[in-house]
Amino acid sequence: MSEPKPLLKAVKPLQVPTRLWRGYAFATDLWRPTANEEAIPSAGYALISLARWRIEQADVLALGTPIGIFVGSGETIEPVTDQIEQLSVIALEFAKFSDGRAYSVARRLREAGYTGEIRATGDVLIDQIPLMLRSGFDAFEVAHAATVNALEQGRIPAVSRVYQTGADTGPAGDGFRHRRGTRSTSAAGKTEP
Amino acid sequence: MYRYDEFDHGFVAERSRQFRDQVERRLAGALTEEQFKPLRLQNGLYLQLHAYMLRVAIPYGVLSARQLRKLAFIARKWDRNFGHFTTRQNIQFNWIKLEDAPDILNALAEVEMHAIQTSGNCIRNVTADPYAGVAIDEIEDPRIWAEVLRQWSTIHPEFTFLPRKFKFAVTGAAEDRAAILFHDVGLKIVKGVNGATGFRVYAGGGQGRTPYVAQELAPFVPTARILSYLEALMRVYNLHGRRDNIYKARIKILVNALGIDEFRTQVEAEWERLDKSAIDLPAAEFERIAAYFQPKHLPPHPHKDPHIEQRRSIDLSFARWLRTNVLPHRAPGYAIVNISFKEPGKVPGDATAEQMEQVATLAERYGHDEIRVTYQQNLVLPTIAIADLSRVYDGLVQAGLHTANTELITDIIACPGLDYCNLANARSIGIAQEIAKRFAEPEAAEAIGPLRLNISGCINACGHHHAGNIGILGVDKKGTEHYQITLGGSPKDDAAIGDIVGPSFPAQDVPGAVEVIIATYLKLRRDPSETFVALYRRLGKTPFREALYGLDRATAADLSEDANV
Repeated sequence: MSEPKPLLKAVKPLQVPTRLWRGYAFATDLWRPTANEEAIPSAGYALISLARWRIEQADVLALGTPIGIFVGSGETIEPVTDQIEQLSVIALEFAKFSDGRAYSVARRLREAGYTGEIRATGDVLIDQIPLMLRSGFDAFEVAHAATVNALEQGRIPAVSRVYQTGADTGPAGDGFRHRRGTRSTSAAGKTEP
Repeated sequence: MYRYDEFDHGFVAERSRQFRDQVERRLAGALTEEQFKPLRLQNGLYLQLHAYMLRVAIPYGVLSARQLRKLAFIARKWDRNFGHFTTRQNIQFNWIKLEDAPDILNALAEVEMHAIQTSGNCIRNVTADPYAGVAIDEIEDPRIWAEVLRQWSTIHPEFTFLPRKFKFAVTGAAEDRAAILFHDVGLKIVKGVNGATGFRVYAGGGQGRTPYVAQELAPFVPTARILSYLEALMRVYNLHGRRDNIYKARIKILVNALGIDEFRTQVEAEWERLDKSAIDLPAAEFERIAAYFQPKHLPPHPHKDPHIEQRRSIDLSFARWLRTNVLPHRAPGYAIVNISFKEPGKVPGDATAEQMEQVATLAERYGHDEIRVTYQQNLVLPTIAIADLSRVYDGLVQAGLHTANTELITDIIACPGLDYCNLANARSIGIAQEIAKRFAEPEAAEAIGPLRLNISGCINACGHHHAGNIGILGVDKKGTEHYQITLGGSPKDDAAIGDIVGPSFPAQDVPGAVEVIIATYLKLRRDPSETFVALYRRLGKTPFREALYGLDRATAADLSEDANV
């Protein structure tokens, strides 16, 4: 059957310059993607590839500045051998919003005790951000105009009641049974530091 | 049955409000169809050939009378007065208007129902043995764990964008009545060494264009550990299942590419790493849920009722219905009543609003308010006193629901096919109707004995043709609807995928071909206790090929060439 006719013709989703949302507010992004052949800036805050991190780990750490990595969709990061505790940022790519691998990667990192930033990058859309927050992401590179707009207005389409423990779920015994929780009213279950 | 508490009610209400807003944005043109599609699919709303279709979840096939009445109300108010029970123990409404969908979800929420995760690449509605809690061969009631799985999988943040859809089936009985070996994951409750219960876990089953019978992944996972085990299993699939090809994205492909042993190694390694205490179900929460499924206190009833005995001897239709549709119950003096929605000539699984209401009335009056949906697209009144069987039968007669054919040749599973579905190659319903008419004489169907005949309108196999003792698959052969016949499949503990018997048939020849197959079986069986599938296992397809295609052609090369159409 044919679709109901919308009032106006659909427009192509608008992209805007990428901004960083931290789960409660937009913030300045200090981090810079650094290509494999590029030198790491002396001030640090370089996001390098997982492959480069594996090869140059010792040299990079010798710089003594904060370092982050970019993990592409389908790349596997090993919490122990990849020395994740040395990383300030791990950026996980969503090549497409429907590619859900990064949710599992993020949860694995949190379960391994990683406390640094886990950043969502790529096709990051408003309807998936609640799931990302619950899986352990705490920073989001957003370029989708409608998503930026919704975040600015604090419109996050989450169902507040959840049936699983998650990264943003309140502690047990908060009035609901153990396995269920309520996301706190702020988007990420966090207050601004 | 499980009852929503404040938390569950709040969850569904929130979700319903969320979807109303999304529909309004879509109708106002603020959302494109591309953007709206994943949102509507997460709420069970499909776009079919002629209209929107809403698939409503019936968790593990369990309904109360009040819920079934609400489904009847929805059928009458927003559809064309009927609904269609599916092979996933759900119900579909085929003639829905988009603007009505939010009101329908509200109506469902009033009776603790929803359409969440009946579509999309997520964990779908969990199915279970329709005789759960009343079967004589049951070890433990699978509904408790099916409800646990329902809650665990509802908007699971990690598993909402899987490579492909994911289906669980659970049984707690000796006999598999939930086709668990044809699911992504099949769970069977078993007793461990100390009498404690656990799950035997099977993985990688499925139908579609690459059918597989599930393989045993773990012989025994303690029930208290099952959620963390399944979380590990799902994670391995989410990370490593194929995403480059929709036809190779189900877990069955991963399991068979890695081999069951390597897959098991990966699941166990992941399980080792997981924080089990954050995932596994605390005993108190298990007790809370289990309390809803405590065996009912049933007043004692005599096993033999003089009125039933008397009617049985003079009313042959009633006597036949007792033989074919009524099964022993765990409690003496009670019976399990199967209600067939397969009257020959009617659409398999279709139920009118009036029929639903009549079943609800019978459940309230005689059936302890319990109704089940089976994956064979029928309903069950699981607890009926033997003394009430005559009254229940008369009530079913009034609604035209007294067809005596449970698990017989006319109890056909059929997908909606080309009459509704935009994936189909061929019609399923018409073929089912024509075949059923050929065997409409109840004596004939009963004489043939247990026989599962399943029809799918395309290779996606929603009609379970691979698992049919006789399977019929609609194919497109040079622009005309043809049907390929498979033999020897089984959905039970002896699960098997049917073998293609030979070249496909045009629609008008299919009922005749089935008659030839049945005549061949009747001629060759040792005695009536040798079922169709048992005979097929003994003799193979040769006698059927000879009967269908003639002795000469059966050995000719052109048969095998065409066999994969």
